[in-house]
Amino acid sequence: MSAHIETGSEPWLSRAGALLRAREAGLFLLILIVVAVTAVHNHDFVGSQSVQQLLSGAALIALLGVGETLVMVTRNVDLSVGSVLGLSAYVVGDLFRDHHIPVWSGFVIGIAIGAAAGALNGFIVTVLRVPSLVITLAMLYVIRGIDSLMVNGNTIDPSSIPSAFTQVGYRTILGVPWLAVIVAVVVAVVGYTMRSFRSSRELYAIGSNPDAAVLAGVPVGKRVFTSFVISGTLAGLAGTLFLALHAQVDNSAGSGYELTVIAATVVGGVAIFGGSGTVVGAALGALLLNTINQALVASRISAFWNEAIAGALLLAAIGIDRWLSLRMARSLTSAQGAHRDV
Amino acid sequence: MTSDLASVSTSPVSNGAAGGPGPRSGRWRAALRWEAALVLVLVAVVLFGAAESSTFLTPTTFFYLGTDIGYIAIMALPMTLIVMTGEIDLSVASALGLSGAMVGYLWHHGWGIWPAVLVALAVGALGGAINGVLVAKVGLPSIAVTIGTLTLYRGLAEVLLGSMTVPAIGDRPFPTSLTNIGVVPVPGTHMSYSLLFFLILAVVFGVLLHATPLGRSLVAIGLQPEAARFVGIRVNRIKLVLYIVSGVMCAFAGILLTLQNASVSYDAGSGLELNVVAIVLFGGVSIFGGRGSILGVVLSVAIVGALEMALTQMNVDPNVQNIVTGVLLLLSVIIPNGGELVRRVRARMRRLTPGS
Amino acid sequence: MPDTDDHGTGAEAELAPRLELRAASKSFGAVRALRDASITLYPGEAHALLGENGAGKSTLVKILGGVHRPDEGELLIDGVTLSFSGPAAAREAGVSIIYQEPSLFPDLTVAENIFMGRQPLRRARRIDRGAMHREAAAIFARLGVEIDLERPARGLSVADQQIVEIAKALSLGAGVMVMDEPTAALTTVEADRLFEVIRTLRSRGTAVLFISHRLEEVFATCQRVTVMRDGGFVRTAAIEDVTVDDVIRAMVGRELSDLFPKTATEPGDVVLEVESLCSQGVYDNVSLTVRAGEIVALAGLVGAGRSEVARGVFGVDRRSSGKVKMDGRELPNGDPIAAMTAGMALVPEDRRQQGLVMDMGIDQNTALASLGRLSRSGLIRRSAEGALAAEWTARLQVKYGRLRDTVSTLSGGNQQKVVLGKWLARSPRLLIIDEPTRGIDVGTKAEVHRILDGLVAQGMAVLMISSELPEVLAMADRVIVLREGRVTAEFSREQADEDSVMRAATGQLSGAAA
Repeated sequence: MSAHIETGSEPWLSRAGALLRAREAGLFLLILIVVAVTAVHNHDFVGSQSVQQLLSGAALIALLGVGETLVMVTRNVDLSVGSVLGLSAYVVGDLFRDHHIPVWSGFVIGIAIGAAAGALNGFIVTVLRVPSLVITLAMLYVIRGIDSLMVNGNTIDPSSIPSAFTQVGYRTILGVPWLAVIVAVVVAVVGYTMRSFRSSRELYAIGSNPDAAVLAGVPVGKRVFTSFVISGTLAGLAGTLFLALHAQVDNSAGSGYELTVIAATVVGGVAIFGGSGTVVGAALGALLLNTINQALVASRISAFWNEAIAGALLLAAIGIDRWLSLRMARSLTSAQGAHRDV
Repeated sequence: MTSDLASVSTSPVSNGAAGGPGPRSGRWRAALRWEAALVLVLVAVVLFGAAESSTFLTPTTFFYLGTDIGYIAIMALPMTLIVMTGEIDLSVASALGLSGAMVGYLWHHGWGIWPAVLVALAVGALGGAINGVLVAKVGLPSIAVTIGTLTLYRGLAEVLLGSMTVPAIGDRPFPTSLTNIGVVPVPGTHMSYSLLFFLILAVVFGVLLHATPLGRSLVAIGLQPEAARFVGIRVNRIKLVLYIVSGVMCAFAGILLTLQNASVSYDAGSGLELNVVAIVLFGGVSIFGGRGSILGVVLSVAIVGALEMALTQMNVDPNVQNIVTGVLLLLSVIIPNGGELVRRVRARMRRLTPGS
Repeated sequence: MPDTDDHGTGAEAELAPRLELRAASKSFGAVRALRDASITLYPGEAHALLGENGAGKSTLVKILGGVHRPDEGELLIDGVTLSFSGPAAAREAGVSIIYQEPSLFPDLTVAENIFMGRQPLRRARRIDRGAMHREAAAIFARLGVEIDLERPARGLSVADQQIVEIAKALSLGAGVMVMDEPTAALTTVEADRLFEVIRTLRSRGTAVLFISHRLEEVFATCQRVTVMRDGGFVRTAAIEDVTVDDVIRAMVGRELSDLFPKTATEPGDVVLEVESLCSQGVYDNVSLTVRAGEIVALAGLVGAGRSEVARGVFGVDRRSSGKVKMDGRELPNGDPIAAMTAGMALVPEDRRQQGLVMDMGIDQNTALASLGRLSRSGLIRRSAEGALAAEWTARLQVKYGRLRDTVSTLSGGNQQKVVLGKWLARSPRLLIIDEPTRGIDVGTKAEVHRILDGLVAQGMAVLMISSELPEVLAMADRVIVLREGRVTAEFSREQADEDSVMRAATGQLSGAAA
């Protein structure tokens, strides 16, 4: 009888689980290292002001990253999140300015806009079988265009927004910005859900082996649709938070965010081919990217280097990911017998 | 399973834009159907433009259409080949930006125009090679890699030029003999040089793709890379070369843009990668690889260029153009898939009726 | 469920059948895949289903698995007539199919693979991982197998993947398990483990339908056997009532020699020399020669590494060390073009993924390896391409609609002919052909054999990889046996017989070693 390594230990101490946790721990460690190294040159970097900046600057991307993770896990991609954020921010701001809606309905409407966009994306992907890259790319264009038409020079400025709303953007609780707390709560809730419910595990199945998922009776269409709705919803929420944070919206709000979000998720360990990755990882990826950005500013390295470094980092992350997964696959491959790719 | 008989297919519709609906319809028929539709759309757009703007059908319009779309169209050609092999290159606009920035940077530091251009082309090739090595040799997914290089190359452009626009105060202006391509048509015609370059390159790429063994190899790689390997096609080397060609051509486009505008800043062409992808997909090239034609892409360029020109002349908000591009892209995939969907629904209805 | 003893035919007769398929027929268009097929499975028995490729076994299995619905006939599970709306319905009724190619989720753990969609829950519908682990562990204990439950499925050997599939089926409460060529990709040790598992399953009342080409396994493991031929059922018998010859005759329906034409040819010069070929972890120290005018068969169990050797020789895969020489000249490593130029051709194992571009036309597929020759000043001459395709489809008698139809419209046998045509168009000196007649109907099989025989008679050297012993024994001038990556024996045509080849392939050496 061919023997195989077996643990017989607690499920959560498995080798693979350990490797996963290593990813998130590694990201956290990297963040600390970057902060530490920068603090040596610039002591203000670890001051409360600066740390709050680190957290709130990453918050929106992290929030988008949560939704993007759900979509990417199923082997899809959502490129429309930036435009949806911008649209939601503007519409809610406009409603505040011209219609003086109450603060709470601002949130509701922003979220609803995002959910509608997500539902449209989801419908076209699952029912019309359009590849998600194409549809969300098209949506990016269309929504950006609609948004610009609406803005039409009529930008939102701080005077139009009720202060009760903007408080979300700058108030802190125990020194931590509300914004970061909200996002952290979302990350925690979604992260827990992803681990604990059958429907979320099915998302991973869909991305890991779409054909096997169908054979196993997974309702693929329903699940993928839901993932897009959630991604859109969180983008809508991010739009309202954007409005709260910046209190200023023109037609470039959220522009370019989608690529940053994908960079954050990939750095955070979400596989672009689906099947693996966590929302905590994505959030940490966003935090890491933002921390590096701010570190560059604080070290007075010309801001012009930001983008180049972000690009290099993303490439490094992808490369390291591939190397890690090859190593893991090699160590996991059973010693004898025929092998075919699972 | 060893049966050679019909087996249940659980995969979704496998064809993108120009996919043939069934195995029995010849590939020519399916392909020509899309190009024929594009011709009709082009005619419709031209009629629309002529109706809405008295200056639409003028030589001047034709010239500026060329300068507006020519450099973008040049990037669409290597993109077509890359998408045919089942990959993608999202770094095209950043390569354009980086090479333009390189020209500006060197010019600003006193270099001659031709040496600067040569370096810019070399930089483009290098950038393409990085993409190619990471995708073809290392085996990383092209969408992720080119998002990374998109960011990296744009970032490097920013490092080179900062917030400066070249020529800056104190710089020589670019040589008029070259910047004239932005205002003077090719002698004897009303065509802009950019458009001429595009058309020449389109012919070259078209012949390559549709009439040479290399072109056939590209189709095979896109449809079934394993089988391509088994007939000795060097899949990885071909992909590497394609990315290098893309880099060089995007650099060329960047140089053209710089000279046309007689100036350059780091964000030149920012965001255009999506326009290029939209043009290619609307031209009937399947995102899954293996299907598409250069003719379709040329028609798509014409349609997109004419449409944008018409809308500009109608003083329509440029943002509407974004919407239009998005809708075009959507239609280019929904229509074939929608047709397939209708067919499947009809087939299911037929099966439900007894005695089928 | 009462325990049944190993060969207790009497005991089964008193039990109610688990599964009964009565007079099932199924056609796909004009092709009659199954006619009047019947089979009965009793709880606790291992029942072999035998038949050549194209006999209808796959269709039968797909009907049992709910993938196809029979045109006629009925299916009864535990005495109740059922009609499956799909694979899920079949699984729910307790029928699980273990396919040759297991399909797991590589990124998820073994435990989750078993319970996907049915994970045990605790309060508030959250997944109870502890319970999931315990239940999975219990299943594995029942099977007598140890696999790390919390590891990702990626990297598991085919044998382990099968065990996971079996565990999945058990967790669904399968009363009937259909195993389609389960030992095809297993080493001897793994196969033994599988037989243990089958014994355990039987003792728990599960009925196992065992499809295999390996008669010695069938006779060692199963209690009853059903033979199919040409889509119909031929006979069902208790294993002790039949001999291997009976079974083969039932499967084949005629004398073996009719199927395998063989012209006696004088072998010529050495065309291919393989010296000490190695690929780390796959095969080791493989050496062989093939001469013009002879067929050398590379025999062995699936998973022995034969296809890998072929790919290493041809250059599609790189080898770690060793030499390959064509006509005395050494070929560079990993360079299929050099091999092709030297006159080598490889018809690969997987027709659909490796041999053909399914969405390309018959004409384009046939021309795919000859594009250089068909071009003038760099441009493909379409007329020459068409002429080449017309010539070879005619010569090989390919049945098709139009030349530009995609090869996906062809039957398996005709597809294989297109692959052959593609390579023969290059007039190769050496043809390596991997599983020449896998998945092909009986009639076309004979045609392919005739083609190969004809080629050899004209002086081509042929290296044939085959898992079908009758084919190997009838066609080969020499038989080289590979086991777990090493050459274990070489037989001449006169020396080779089923017994000696199988022993060399499975590692059971008896007195008469080659």
